[in-house]
Amino acid sequence: MKVHEYQARLFLEKYGVPCSRGEVIFRAEEAPAAFKKFANPSAMAKVQVLAGGRGKAGGVLRLKTAEEASAFAQKFLGKPFATYQSGGEGKIVKAILLTEDIPIREEYYLSVAVDRSKGAPVILFSKAGGVEIEETARASPGAVHKIYFSPDQVPAKSAILPFIQKVFSDPSVSEPFAAVAEKLARLFVEKDASVCEINPLVLSQDRRVMALDAKIVFDDNALFRHEDLRAMKDPDEEDARETRAKEFGLSYVSMNGNVGCLVNGAGLAMATMDVIKLAGGEPANFLDVGGGATADQVREGFKIILQDERVEAILVNIFGGIMKCDVIAEGVIQASKETGLQVPLIARLEGTRVEEGRALLKKSGLRILSSKTIREAAEAAVGEAKKYRESRVGTH
Amino acid sequence: MSVLIDKNTKVICQGITGKAGSFHALQCQAYGTKLVAGVTPGKGGESVGTIPVFNTVKEAVQKTGATVSMIYVPAAFALKAIREAVDAGIGLVVCITEGIPTLDMVRAVDYAKSKNARIIGPNCPGIITSGECKVGIMPGYIHKKGDIGVISRSGTLTYEAVWQITSAGLGQSTCMGIGGDPVIGTGFIDALELFEKDKDTRAVLLIGEIGGSQEEEAAAFIEKKMTKKVAAFIAGLTAPKDKRMGHAGAIISGSSGSAQEKIEVLEKKGVPVIRDLSQIGDFLKGL
Repeated sequence: MKVHEYQARLFLEKYGVPCSRGEVIFRAEEAPAAFKKFANPSAMAKVQVLAGGRGKAGGVLRLKTAEEASAFAQKFLGKPFATYQSGGEGKIVKAILLTEDIPIREEYYLSVAVDRSKGAPVILFSKAGGVEIEETARASPGAVHKIYFSPDQVPAKSAILPFIQKVFSDPSVSEPFAAVAEKLARLFVEKDASVCEINPLVLSQDRRVMALDAKIVFDDNALFRHEDLRAMKDPDEEDARETRAKEFGLSYVSMNGNVGCLVNGAGLAMATMDVIKLAGGEPANFLDVGGGATADQVREGFKIILQDERVEAILVNIFGGIMKCDVIAEGVIQASKETGLQVPLIARLEGTRVEEGRALLKKSGLRILSSKTIREAAEAAVGEAKKYRESRVGTH
Repeated sequence: MSVLIDKNTKVICQGITGKAGSFHALQCQAYGTKLVAGVTPGKGGESVGTIPVFNTVKEAVQKTGATVSMIYVPAAFALKAIREAVDAGIGLVVCITEGIPTLDMVRAVDYAKSKNARIIGPNCPGIITSGECKVGIMPGYIHKKGDIGVISRSGTLTYEAVWQITSAGLGQSTCMGIGGDPVIGTGFIDALELFEKDKDTRAVLLIGEIGGSQEEEAAAFIEKKMTKKVAAFIAGLTAPKDKRMGHAGAIISGSSGSAQEKIEVLEKKGVPVIRDLSQIGDFLKGL
C-alpha cells in the first residue's frame, strides 16, 4: 500500500526524522494562507499523487508569491497527472503539499528496502541523491552503499556510523545521517514497510541534515497487524473496475487492446496475453480469476471485462487443476446468458474434466468457439475480433 | 534418486483440519504420498480420513519419523508454524500459504538456514516427483515419470507446461514451484543446483516471470555451472508497466525486471527461451 508524501512525512516526524516545515491543502482557496505561513521568502509546492517522477513531470514548483501558489493549486487540483513512473496513467490530484523552501548545499539518497536476492532488509545510501539516482547506480554501482540487517536486530546508530563515515568524513554530516538511517530502518521494520525512501536527504545551506521528500510503501500482506495503516488507504486512487474485481477475489488490470481475456493464475494470464500479441492482437486486460476460481468468479470476471467498450472478443483460457473444467464451463455459459453476450467468445479449457466441460459448451447452443491449444485460441480470438469490428462498421 | 522427495518420503501437513489443508492432504495421499500425519493445535487425537492429527509437529515427528512438512496455516501464523517445524527437526518445509508478510519470510528463511532446513515457497504450488510423491496443490494426473526437471515461479502456468511435456510423450523427474513472493526459501539457483546433481534429470525447464532479478542471476549460474541443458519460458512480455514508487528496487537489482530484459540476458548466456507458450512441449522434445 502506497501512501502520499504528506502522509509519509507524518511517519518520518513520528520517528524523529527532521523534515522541512509544511502542510497539505485540499482546496485552492487554502493556498495563499499556506504560502504565507511557510514562505521564507519563497515556498515549494508539490502535487500529491502515488507515483514517483513528479518533478520531471512539472508537479513540483518553487513559488515566489501567494498568487503563484493559488495558480499552482488551481492548475493541478482535481485534474489528472501522469509521470514516467505512473504506468502511463493519469491520477487525479486531490492534495498539494506546501513547504518552506530549504536552500540546499548537497543532496543525498537514503532508503530501506528488502533485497530479494539476499532475502534481507538493506539500508541503501549515496552521496549522489536526487532524481538521477537510478542512472547513477547503473553507471557506477559503487556510488550506492548497502548495509544489510536482520529485522529482529535493527542496527543502532553506533553500528551504522562506521559505514556512513567511509562516505562522509565530516562528522557534522555523518552523525545526523546515521541517526536518520537508524530511525528509517526502525520505521521500516516496525510498520512492515516494503520501501522507505528519502530522496533527497539534504544538507541545507545552514548545515542541517533533513528530509525533503519521502516515499513509503507498506506491505499489503502485513496490513492485518497495522490498524493505523489500514485507516489510511485511499480507495479513490484505484481504478473502479480494479476495486470491484478485488471484492470478488479477482485481479484485473485494464490495458489498451481489444481482446479481453479471462485466465486462472497470474503467470498463465500473463503468458496468455503474450500469445494474443504473438497472434497479432492486443490484450484489453489482465484478468486472473485465481488458481481455484468458482463459477461465480468467472461470471463476475465477464461482467468486468464487458464494461470495457473496446473489447471485441473474449478469450477464456483455463487450466483446470483443482478447479474442474465442467464447473468453469457452466460459469461461462451462465455469464454469457446473463450478460446477453454480443462479442465473440473463444474458450480454451484444459485439465480436470475437460471433455465434460467442452461437451457442456457445445450443448449450450451458444456460439462459443472451442480451441484445443492456446495458440489456436489466440489466433481465433484475434480473427473473430476483427470480424466483429467489421460487422459493426457494416451495420452503422 | 529425484529432487528432495521420493516414494519413501514421509510427509506431515500443518493446518490439516482447515478446508484447503484437509482437501489437499487427502489428494496427496491418493497420489501415493506417504502422508503420515497432520498437525493442528488443539485437535490432537482426531483424524482426517485415515491420517492421524497431532497437537504439535514435535509429537507428529516423534510418532511417524516424518522429514517433510506441507504448510497450509493462515498467513498470520505461518512464521510460527515454520519455526515449529524446523525446531522439530523437519528438513524440508513446503509452504503453500499465500499472503505472508515479507519480513516474516525474512525471519523464517533466516531461522531455517540457521538450523540447516530448507523452505520451498511460500505462495507456491509445492513440489512433486512424478509417480512417487506429491507435496502440494498441483493436479497429480498431468504428471508423468520422465527426465525433464521443472522449476517455476508460477502456478497454473506450470501445469500448462507440465501438461504439454506429458502430451508430447515426455515426462518429468521432479517439478518444483518456488513461489512468486519477494522473499522465498529456495530460489532458481538453489533449485538448479539440486537438478544438476539429480541423476534422473536430463534437462531442465525454467519458468520465470516479470519482477525481480532471479532469472538474470539464474542465467549467469547456468552459463557457469550447469552441464545439463536448460530451456526457459518467461511470462509477461505484454504485462502492464509496473506502477512503481521510488528507486530502491531498481537500485538494488540493477535490472528493470522486465520480461524483455530477462529474455535478452538468458539468451546472451546461451539459454534458449521459448517464445510461444504453445510450443513448450515440442521444444523440449527437440532439446
